[in-house]
Amino acid sequence: MNEAARSLLSGHAFLAGFPPEAVELVAEGAQVVTFRPGVLLFREGSPADIAYLVTGGKVAIEVHAPNRGPIVVETMGAGDVVGLSWAAPPFRYQFDARAVDEVEAVAVGTAPLRLALAENPILGFLFLDRLAAVILGRLQATRIRLLDVYGTSDAG
Amino acid sequence: MLAEAAPRAGPAGPLVPTPYVVVERREEAADVVTLSIEPAEGSAPTFRHGQFNMVTSFGRGEVAVSMSSAPGAPGPVEHSIRRVGAVTAALCAAPVGSFVGIRGPFGSSWGVDDVEDGVDVVVMAGGIGLAPLRGAVRDLVVRQQSGRGRAFVLAGARSPDQILFDEDLRAWERAGVHVGISVDVGAPGWTGVVGVVTALLPGAPFEASGALALLCGPEIMMRFGGRALVDRGVDARRVRVSLERNMQCGIGLCGHCQLGPLLVCRDGPVVRYGGLADELFMERNR
Repeated sequence: MNEAARSLLSGHAFLAGFPPEAVELVAEGAQVVTFRPGVLLFREGSPADIAYLVTGGKVAIEVHAPNRGPIVVETMGAGDVVGLSWAAPPFRYQFDARAVDEVEAVAVGTAPLRLALAENPILGFLFLDRLAAVILGRLQATRIRLLDVYGTSDAG
Repeated sequence: MLAEAAPRAGPAGPLVPTPYVVVERREEAADVVTLSIEPAEGSAPTFRHGQFNMVTSFGRGEVAVSMSSAPGAPGPVEHSIRRVGAVTAALCAAPVGSFVGIRGPFGSSWGVDDVEDGVDVVVMAGGIGLAPLRGAVRDLVVRQQSGRGRAFVLAGARSPDQILFDEDLRAWERAGVHVGISVDVGAPGWTGVVGVVTALLPGAPFEASGALALLCGPEIMMRFGGRALVDRGVDARRVRVSLERNMQCGIGLCGHCQLGPLLVCRDGPVVRYGGLADELFMERNR
């Protein structure tokens, strides 16, 4: 077992409040990884086989547009999970993820994690419950941004 | 250009504008201008952080604008104005040497002069909302440097080119204040945070217990910002927001700015969030 990964995971916000066996499950086969600025963590359309629990630095979630280059949709930082597409079919990343600065993360293999969670429904529920909270938070943040609150005013 | 004649100073009274001369005009963003103004005669009255003046563009109209300079700071009084209509467009275009009218100062303040020592102060601003907080932050920087408590500035903007007071933000950061900036929409070359301003909260290591939070920006931002601060552990009654309404008289007489039990020009613009603004924000019949 990778002790460095386990140590980082035990303090990660995504796993806060989880029982030790849940942290151990995630730490199984997990690795601490680092990315230099500009390096892709993953590319849109590729299999979502790794989830990154970010512990340092900033990651840009991007989409590439013709004649415009990469458009940053959102940035993620320490305490965030980058790569949620493993949670539901078709299990492919929907965006690019690129390191903005020096990024440190724990890379978790998602295929064995899915199998383990399927075999242990209690832990599976814990994870899905936490994932739902993360996804809901991002959905709500996206809705607020869609309002373009800084763009309009009724003032004279 | 012909020199503009100074409007005649009116009799003293809260409904009569006093002529001020524009001594400096600075473009903060494509649609935001800061006017530095001085009274045509005498000296400017003192004001408190977060208060506002009614600013007249002669012949066009009058709007409420918070002071964006610090009370007691040397030099002219500053007002940062966003161009959103005919009056603000005229004010934004006011050249150096021209005259504007001023009534005020009016309203309540952020109360940063009364903050207990040792308490963290979190400032969350969106868009032009940083302007009414700018003077307060300047004094909170001094407070932090004198060891009386930390300040955390979290500023959101629509896009990188809409970030206001960029030099101030950098200066505050150099002075040791935690400064976080987010934009709703990134741009080529932008390496900062892209997301809502509340996304900056996890990275701000303030002590929520006892903290004072000051919010200013679009009402929707303050609603979500207030909730996020309370979720983080800040006492809702120690969260203050600055309300924006149709201020006209500035002294609680005309009622145009009524919001529930408040006359915002008199009882605001700065009010507590917990048990007041949070409930007013949720009213649908206004």
